[in-house]
Amino acid sequence: MMLQILLAISAALFALGLLAALTRRNAIMVLIGIELMLGAGNLNFISFWKFSAHPETITGVMFAIFSIAIAAAEAAVGLAIVIQVHRRLHSVDVNEANQLKG
Amino acid sequence: MDNIVSIAAVLVPLLPLLAAGITAFLKREQRGLSATLVITAQAIACATSLYLLLVAMCEDHGEPGIVHQFFNFPWLTFGNQTLQLGLVLDPLSAGMAAMVSFVSLLIFIYSLGYMHDDRNFTRFFTFLGLFSGAMLGVVLSNSLLLTFVAWELVGLASYLLIGFWFHKHSASAAAKKAFLTTRVGDMGFLIGMFWLYKASGTLLFYDNGAGCLEQTALTTLAHTLAGGMAVSNIIALLIFCGAAGKSGQFPLHVWLPDAMEGPTPVSALIHAATMVAAGVYLVARVFPIFTATGPHSSALVVVACIGAFTALFAALIAVGQWDIKRILAYSTVSQLGFMMLALGVGSVAAAMLHLLAHAFFKALLFLGAGSVIHGVHEEQDIRNMGGLWRKMPTTFLTYTVGMLALAGFPLFFSGFWTKDAILHEAHLWTVSQAPFYMAVAAAFLTAFYMTRQMMYVFFGSYRGNAAHPHESPAVMTVPLVILAAAAILMSLPATPAWPWYEKFLAGHAPSFLPAALFEPGFLQIAATSAAIVFFGIGLGWLIYGRRPLGDTDPLQTVAAPVFRALTNRLYVDEIYEATVIRGLRVLGRVMAWVDRQIVAGAVRAVAWLSFLVSAISNGMDRFLINFGFDSSCNALREYGGGIASCEGGRVQGYLRVLGIGIVVLLGLVAWLLA
Repeated sequence: MMLQILLAISAALFALGLLAALTRRNAIMVLIGIELMLGAGNLNFISFWKFSAHPETITGVMFAIFSIAIAAAEAAVGLAIVIQVHRRLHSVDVNEANQLKG
Repeated sequence: MDNIVSIAAVLVPLLPLLAAGITAFLKREQRGLSATLVITAQAIACATSLYLLLVAMCEDHGEPGIVHQFFNFPWLTFGNQTLQLGLVLDPLSAGMAAMVSFVSLLIFIYSLGYMHDDRNFTRFFTFLGLFSGAMLGVVLSNSLLLTFVAWELVGLASYLLIGFWFHKHSASAAAKKAFLTTRVGDMGFLIGMFWLYKASGTLLFYDNGAGCLEQTALTTLAHTLAGGMAVSNIIALLIFCGAAGKSGQFPLHVWLPDAMEGPTPVSALIHAATMVAAGVYLVARVFPIFTATGPHSSALVVVACIGAFTALFAALIAVGQWDIKRILAYSTVSQLGFMMLALGVGSVAAAMLHLLAHAFFKALLFLGAGSVIHGVHEEQDIRNMGGLWRKMPTTFLTYTVGMLALAGFPLFFSGFWTKDAILHEAHLWTVSQAPFYMAVAAAFLTAFYMTRQMMYVFFGSYRGNAAHPHESPAVMTVPLVILAAAAILMSLPATPAWPWYEKFLAGHAPSFLPAALFEPGFLQIAATSAAIVFFGIGLGWLIYGRRPLGDTDPLQTVAAPVFRALTNRLYVDEIYEATVIRGLRVLGRVMAWVDRQIVAGAVRAVAWLSFLVSAISNGMDRFLINFGFDSSCNALREYGGGIASCEGGRVQGYLRVLGIGIVVLLGLVAWLLA
């Protein structure tokens, strides 16, 4: 039962993150939404590991730690992009950054 | 620890944190509610920590030695390893927690008046709560890991508070500087912590004999060698890096004076009770690691030398400053140097006593300076003050008490006794007498620059532009009076006649020893330091008190280049600018060049190669493959154009399609499974 609760929390977190990433116009808020989704993924790693057949091997934790490290790198790159966009367009509104169209 | 005590110990840091968490969700207009919440939580935390102090004092003294009550709980379990966190109650943490929560409470109340007109009042109280909760976490933690977590929270809160007026460029720059400079030291702390875990297998301080500050682990640490040095000394020095960053020791002191950009209550909170004391407290907490190889271990010698040097260096710079808060900031750096010196020569009691006394009188001085700044309408340059003693009598009287305590005026002020204890311990140090003489010089300079500041601010005639300097409201002066009383009363447990705190730290029952006052060793030092203080104040009065002061300092006419160097903070910032920052900039340029020329060159080479290939295939297309394809190509292009319109260039549009895709996929999976 505990596992289901954790998964429900994680799904809710993911949905919230997706909502933020889709509807927010501020690029920083979009990044925060992405972080929420990553957090939901980490929660899934941990909960599946905790209730797996072999919780004594620390696979889930290692996955989560890697994912946290990657999330940190992602945030660094993302913020650098936001700064560059702000320098170019003087705005962090994602709708203004639409010059990549085909 | 029994249940009630451990609940109390958890509540002390948790209450301000909770209050901060709740106020974070309040609206900007709910000013009264946020201040009430944070101040109430802080008041309860203060009462609880006083109760904890009482518990620690009433511990059974049946056998000599310190009683460490602790409460540990598992935090993370990896395989067969468990990381534990915990809280500890012993004389060291109990005294510190009581002081921190009490001074913080007074500063919170004072902030009600000082920040009254600020539109981000609610946010300010959120940060105050976070700061105080984190600091109490550092104090009560029984695990180096928990200490580190709380330590970083303190760093974050100080960043937020220094940069509270972030729309001012100087404030946001100072906040970044504080954050980055302390991060340099924290890197050492982090590595030291890893090493400690590797070498001793635990990060708990006390754990029924298995903690890293207990005999078994200490013996292991002292007997493991790495590169010819005992591991305990290396770890101690690495942890000291973190402490030096937080406590503004040379060469990481540069952030502390700039931190004056924050609101004045923040300066008081950071410079008196909390952040800067954290470093000294950390060294005092892990002191057994420093002494693992004996009372004159190499780590302690380094601490003593850096402390003595910082004390003298910062006192020199303070002489040449014009900003009322900057003078106090440099005096703080100097006093922290004194505390580190006391730790280095092996006396935790002298260091902690000076820390506690300093917290009261320095909070008093900062809040007094805030009251002055408030009274003369946000003027901070002491050249534009003067004659304020008639206009602001309460502030003047309390400020005088603080100044005399800081200068170490004999007999009735706490600073005299605690500074004396440090000088006494430094004099007894067998390794070298140099730190003692540096400390004596610093003590002289302290009396001198504080007299200079008093003369400029309160005496002479008013030189400012703002009309009608006025006394501050009662909500600001009452904390001043309470702190002034504390600055005098703190001398009681500090005299050698009644060494209450020293005995308390060592776990003995206090005793009354009036004879200790007349021991020749003590008398000699006391007489020396009293003479130095009188000399410093007298010289200050001779130079600044006898004629009206103008825009040029009398010292400027005597030794202009020296004074200029002091005003420019002995060029430490410029040296960093020329070395570290320029070095990083050059490195950045080199990396950019590598990126542009080599990496991008490779990319360009690949691009040319593919151009070549495509030119060949283009030729083949054009001449070998029939033109008849063209019509179908055109048709394709039309369809392609239709599809390309989906590619609107909006990232969120792509993400939306992705989201819809996931939902469809999930639906499909659910349908298939069903």
